[in-house]
Amino acid sequence: MEVKSKFGAEFRRFSLERSKPGKFEEFYGLLQHVHKIPNVDVLVGYTDIHGDLLPINNDDNYHKAVSTANPLLRIFIQRKEDADYSAFGTDTMTRKKNVLSNVLRPDNHKKKPHIVISMPQDFRPVSSIIDVDILPETHRRVRLYKYGTDKPLGFYIRDGSSVRVTPHGLEKVPGIFISRLVPGGLAQSTGLLAVNDEVLEVNGIEVSGKSLDQVTDMMIANSRNLIITVRPANQRNNVVRNSRTSGSSGQSTESSLPSSTPNILGSLLQGEEESDEEDIIIEDSGEPQQIPKAAPTSESIESLSQIELLHESTQNGFLPSSEMNLNHSAGSISMEYEAPEPGPKSLEEDGTIITL
Amino acid sequence: MMKFRFRRQGADPHRDRLRHDLFAFSKTVEHGFPSQPSALAYDPVLRVMAIGTKAGAVKLYGAPGVELTGLHKETATVTQLHFLPASCSPGITRVTVVLPMAAAAMVCLGTEGGAVYFVTLPTLTLLEDKTLFPDEILQSVPDDYRCGKALGPVESIQEQPGNGSRLLIGYSRGLVVLWEQSTRVVQHLFLGNQQLESLAWEQSGKSIVSSHSDGGYMVWAVGGTGQRSQQPVMSTIPYGPFPCKAISKILWRTCESGNAFIIFSGGMPRASYGDRHCVSVLQGQTLATLDFTSRVIDFFTVQSAEVPEGGFENPRALVVLVEEELVAIDLQTPGWPTIPAPYLAPLHSSAITCSCHVSNVPLKLWERIVSVGEQQSPRQSSAAWPIDGGKNLAQEPTQRGLLLTGHEDGTVRFWDASGVSLKPLYKLGTANIFQTDCEHNDSLNQAGEEEWPPFRKVGCFDPYSDDPRLGVQKIALCKYTAKMVVAGTAGQVLVMELSDEKSEHAVSVATVDLLQDREGFTWKGHDRLAPRNGPLHFPAGFQPSVLVQCVPPAAVTAVTLHSEWNLVAFGTSHGFGLFDYYRRNPVLARCTLHPNDSLAMEGPLSRVKSLKKSLRQSFRRIRKSRVSGKKRLNANSPSSKVQEANAQLAEQAGPPEVEMTPVQRRIEPRSADDSLSGVVRCLYFADTFLRDAAHHGPTMWAGTNSGSVFAYALEVPSQEKFSERAVEAVLGKEIQLMHRAPVVAIAVLDGRGNPLPEPYEVSRDLAKAPDMQGSHSMLISSEEQFKVFTLPKVSAKTKFKLTAHEGCRVRKVALVSLASVGSEERLENCLACLTNLGDIHIFTVPSLRPQVHYSCIRKEDISGIASCVFTKHGQGFYLISPSEFERFSLSARNVTEPLCRLEVARLQDTSCLSNSSTVTPKLPQANGTHVPRGSEGQHSPSDSDRSPEAAVSPGPIDSPNSSLENPLDTTGDITVEEVKDFLASSEEAEQNLRNASEDEARPTGILIK
Repeated sequence: MEVKSKFGAEFRRFSLERSKPGKFEEFYGLLQHVHKIPNVDVLVGYTDIHGDLLPINNDDNYHKAVSTANPLLRIFIQRKEDADYSAFGTDTMTRKKNVLSNVLRPDNHKKKPHIVISMPQDFRPVSSIIDVDILPETHRRVRLYKYGTDKPLGFYIRDGSSVRVTPHGLEKVPGIFISRLVPGGLAQSTGLLAVNDEVLEVNGIEVSGKSLDQVTDMMIANSRNLIITVRPANQRNNVVRNSRTSGSSGQSTESSLPSSTPNILGSLLQGEEESDEEDIIIEDSGEPQQIPKAAPTSESIESLSQIELLHESTQNGFLPSSEMNLNHSAGSISMEYEAPEPGPKSLEEDGTIITL
Repeated sequence: MMKFRFRRQGADPHRDRLRHDLFAFSKTVEHGFPSQPSALAYDPVLRVMAIGTKAGAVKLYGAPGVELTGLHKETATVTQLHFLPASCSPGITRVTVVLPMAAAAMVCLGTEGGAVYFVTLPTLTLLEDKTLFPDEILQSVPDDYRCGKALGPVESIQEQPGNGSRLLIGYSRGLVVLWEQSTRVVQHLFLGNQQLESLAWEQSGKSIVSSHSDGGYMVWAVGGTGQRSQQPVMSTIPYGPFPCKAISKILWRTCESGNAFIIFSGGMPRASYGDRHCVSVLQGQTLATLDFTSRVIDFFTVQSAEVPEGGFENPRALVVLVEEELVAIDLQTPGWPTIPAPYLAPLHSSAITCSCHVSNVPLKLWERIVSVGEQQSPRQSSAAWPIDGGKNLAQEPTQRGLLLTGHEDGTVRFWDASGVSLKPLYKLGTANIFQTDCEHNDSLNQAGEEEWPPFRKVGCFDPYSDDPRLGVQKIALCKYTAKMVVAGTAGQVLVMELSDEKSEHAVSVATVDLLQDREGFTWKGHDRLAPRNGPLHFPAGFQPSVLVQCVPPAAVTAVTLHSEWNLVAFGTSHGFGLFDYYRRNPVLARCTLHPNDSLAMEGPLSRVKSLKKSLRQSFRRIRKSRVSGKKRLNANSPSSKVQEANAQLAEQAGPPEVEMTPVQRRIEPRSADDSLSGVVRCLYFADTFLRDAAHHGPTMWAGTNSGSVFAYALEVPSQEKFSERAVEAVLGKEIQLMHRAPVVAIAVLDGRGNPLPEPYEVSRDLAKAPDMQGSHSMLISSEEQFKVFTLPKVSAKTKFKLTAHEGCRVRKVALVSLASVGSEERLENCLACLTNLGDIHIFTVPSLRPQVHYSCIRKEDISGIASCVFTKHGQGFYLISPSEFERFSLSARNVTEPLCRLEVARLQDTSCLSNSSTVTPKLPQANGTHVPRGSEGQHSPSDSDRSPEAAVSPGPIDSPNSSLENPLDTTGDITVEEVKDFLASSEEAEQNLRNASEDEARPTGILIK
C-alpha cells in the first residue's frame, strides 16, 4: 500500500504492508524518520474516503486509516505547537478547497466561529449539580471531576459559624466555609461554588462535628471525584423545583419519583468506588529499569465507560444553571493531541474543559 | 456512604457478640519512670513507696508487679507525700512541713509563719486548741538568743522515737525545740545559730542530728525536761573547709555491724562541685559520694519497721529519687552496689528514637539475652529488691515479650515487656564501631580513687549524645536466629548476631549508592559516620558482622530482615537497597527520587524551614482545636423546613461574620512532586506469587511516600549454595496508587486470608504453613486507605477509604491476631490502625470491614502518636512522656495489667481490722480517655475467695465527701480517690460497695471509675 505523507511543504512517499500495519507508535516513528524530524512533536492526520481530515493518534484509528485507504493513504503532518485543530472534522477538506468562498465572506466567518466537535474521548464531565430532586432547595450538591494535574481544583476552606434553627431555637454552630477560589481553578470555572458557601457534606458524609483539618483531609482524599454539598451564601440562584418553567427537563420530573431517588447517591458512590481503581500497575518482564510498555489496564477502561454510563443516568439531575458554564467554557475549548503515554494517564492529562 | 456500609454489616447479631468477645480497649499500665517527679514517701510497715509528680499523679510501688496509679483532678504539683501510720494515704500540703503522727489520727503541719497546726484525719478538721505559735516557744528562749528576731518558717518536725507525744520542731533560724504536746511544755531547747535545713533522730531518741545551709551537720544530745543546749556534741562540715552548699536532708541509721550511717544530700563544695547532684553515705571512715546526673528530689532507707529495744535499724538499702530515675543502693553488701530496679526503668536515659516489639520470644534466645545482660553490669547487687509490699496477684505471663528501644546515642535497649513491670535486660551500643567526635571514655567513672570527694557515678540517665548521627532509626530482630539489624540516622545499617562469647574482629563495611547515577542532586546534609578501622573488641552480646552505609547518608526510614534468605533490605529518602549479608555484597539498589524532588537532597539541615512551617501548623491546630472543641450541634435532622429557615437566616445575616482568625486550608490533590516523595516508608519480604499463579518464590516489596510500590522477584539459592551463588533481584511490578498517599505497610495474605508467617516460623513448627494453594493477596495500607489486591495479577479486591470517610489519616498499622475471650482457639486476624487523631480502628482482614474504634491518644500528642507500636497479639505501647510508655490492649483476652493486693489497716477502724483490697490499679490517664472494660469477671481471680472486700472510694483530700458526685466521669478524677481509698469512713465505704454492686457493668476488679 502506498503512503503519501506531507509535512509543511515536503512530501514523502513510502509503502506499508496493509495486512501488517503494526502499531501506531511504530508508524509515528517511521513518519518522523522519513521526514527527518526525529524530535518534533507532530499531529498526524489522514484524509478518509469522504475527504475528511481525521486524526491518527492511536492504534485503532491508525488501523482504520490503513484499512480504508484506497488506494493511497494521504497523511498530513502538523507541528504540534502550530497545529490548527479546527482543521480536523467533517468537510474539512472540502472546505479547504473552497478557499475562495471564505475569502469572499471573511466577516461571516468571524461572526460564527466554527465550533469544533472534538474526539469523543476528549469530552468528559468537569462539574455537575446532582441530586437536585432529593435535596432541600437551599442546598446544592456539586460534583467536581478532577483530571490530571494541569488545572488545580482551586479552592480553600475555613472555619466559621452559622446560625441554625434547632428545636431549642436559634443556635450558632461551627461550620466549614469556602474561603477563597483560585482564579482559573476548576472550582471557580464551574461557577457552582462561591466564597462563603457553607460546606455541609463531602461525598455523602456530613462534616458537622469534624475539624477543619479532618474536612481538608476528606476533600483531598476524595479530590479525584469530589462531591460537596453546600448551602450557597447567595440563595437567589436556587432552583425552584415546583415551577416547570425553570427549564427542568421532563426527565427530571420522572426521576424525582420517590422510588428512584435513594439509589442515586448510592449508585453515584458506587461509581466513584469503581472509578478510583485506577492504580497504575506496571509489569516488568525483563531486567529492571526497562521502559515500561504497558497498555492501559482493562479495568480503567471499564471504569471510564462506567463514568459515562452513570453520566447518562444522572443527566436528568442537571440544572439549567450549568448551561451558563458551557458558555463560559466554550471559549476555552481546546483540543490537544499527545502521543499516548503508557497507562491511563493519557486519558487524564488532556486539558479540554467542557461542562456537559 | 458510612450509613450504607454500616447497614450492610451491622445487621448480624452473631458478629456483634463475637466482636464483643474479641475486642476490648483498655489502658493497662504505665511503664517507665514518671515524668517530673516531685515527691517521695515510703511506708516501712506496708513496704510500699509512693512517688508524686508535678502533673499531680501519685504512683505507688511495692513488690514487683504491685503498681498503683492515681491522678489529681487538677494538675497540682504534689509537693510532699507522707504515708499515714498504719494506713496508706500520702497527705498533700502546701505548708512547709507535714508530720503524720503515729499514734493519733492526726497530722501536724508546720508553716511558713512558724506556727504548727494539728489537723485530724481523715476529716481534716483543725484542732485549734493544739496549735503551737512561735510566741509560745519564744517565751522560753533566752533573751540574748531572741534578739527580737522571728524564728522563721518551720523547717522540720520529727516525732521522738518511742515517745509519740514529743515533737522535735526545727525553725529556719536554727532553733530546735523538743515539745511535749500533751502538756504543752518545752522539753529541751537547742540553741543553734546556723540556718537549719533538716532534722533527724537517732533511733534511740537520745540524740538528734541537724543539717544546715552552710553544708555542715551537728549532733546534739537530748536531755531531760527544761534543758538548754548551747553547743552540739559534734559539728562538722564534711566537704569543707571552703564554703559548701546546704545539706537539704539528713538521716541517721544505726547499724549492728559497726558505725551508724549518716546519709545526706547536698553539702558539696560550692565553687568546685556546686553543680553536682550528690547524696553522701558515711559510715565511720567510709564515705561514698553518690553522683547523680539529675537533681536529687528525696531519699529514704529501707529497714524493718519494728526495731527491738536496744536493737539496731540495720538499713538494707538506700533509695534515692532523682529527677530522671530511681536508684537503690545495697547498704549491706560491701562496696554498696546498686540494686537493679524491677520497675521505674529510665527509658529515656537517652532519648528514645524508635521502638519495636517482639512477641513469643523463644526461651533459648531469652536466656541468652538475659545472660549477656547480666555480664554487662557486674557491679550490680544480687540482693532482692528491698521494697516488697503488697502481693502480685497477676498470673505469670504466658509468653515472653521483648520491647526494643532505639536511642539517640546509638544504643538499643532490650526490655522484658512480658508482664506489668518493664525490666531492663540488655543494652547494646553501636557507637564504638564509629569514630565519633569525642571518644567515649568513662572519665566520670574512673576518676576518683584518690580524688576528694570520692565521687561515684550512679544511675544511667545520660541524655547527652556524642553525635546525633548515631541515633537509631529502625530495628529488626529475628527471634529464631538471633540476628538483628540496627539502622541509624547517617544511613548506617548494621547486621548483628548474638554471641555468648566476647570477640575481637573487624567489621566488614560496604557502601550502597542509592542515587544510582541520578544527576542533578547534591547532598547537603551530614557526612556518613566513619567506621573505626581494624579489629575491634566486642563483649558478649550482639556483635556486628557487616556495616552497610547508604550514599547519600540520609536517615534510614525502613528496614527489614529475612534471616532464612540472608537478606536485609533498607530504605532512605532516596531509595532502597538489598544486601546479602552472607556473601557480603549488595544485590540491588534503586533510586526512588522524583525528578522534581529537591528537598530530599538538601538533607536534614535545610529542612528547618519545613519544620518551622509544621510547627506553625501544629500551633494553629492547637488553637483551632480549642475552637472546634466547642460542642458542635449535630445537624443530621434533615428536616428541610428547618434547613430552609436556616438558609433564610443565613441570607439575612449576610456572610457569617468571621470571629476567629481565619485559618484556611487549601484543597488540592497531592501531586507527584510533593516534597520527599521518594522516601521509602516500608519494606517487606514474602514468599508468594509475583510472576504467575503457578510458581511462588521469594519477593521483596517497597512502598514510598508518593504511593508507589515496587515488587521484586528474588532468586535465592538454596541453603547449601549460599556461598556459591549470588542472590538476584528482578523488578516484577510497579504499582502507583492513584491517590498517591504514602504507603505505610505492605503484607501478603495466603490463600486463607492469613498473613504469611515470619521466616523460620514454619520450619520450626511455630506456625501453621501458609496456604500456597489458594490465590494470595496483598494488603497495602496507605496513609489514606487500605486496599487488598489479588496476586499475581494486581487487581483490587477490597478496600476501605479511611480518610475519605472519617477525615483522619493512618499513622501506624499492624496485623494483629486477637483471641476470643471464650476460646483461645478462636483467633481472628485484624488490621489495627492508629490515626492522626489518636484513634485506634480495627478492621477485619481481608474484607476490611470496620469493627470498632477507640480513642486512645490525644490528637495534640504528636510524639505519643508517633511512638506507638503494636504487638502481634493486640497490645500496644506509646510514650506518654519522654520516659514513660503507656501500655494498652485491644484484645478482650490478652491483657497485661497490674493485679495486686495491698493489705491495709483502716485508719478509722479502732479495732484495727485488716482489710484486703484487690485493685485493678490502672486509673484514667491525663492524656486519654479511659474506657472501662465491659468484660466482667474474667480477671481478678481472687474475687470469690476474698473476704471482706473493701470497695471504698473516698473523696479528694480537700473535700472528703465529694467522691460520688459523678461516677461516670472517668477522666482523671481518681487519683486522689484511689490514693485515699483507705481513708474512707466505713459508712462511705459501704455506700460505695452498694453502688458498685448495683452497677452490673462495673468490672469487678475496678473499685473506682
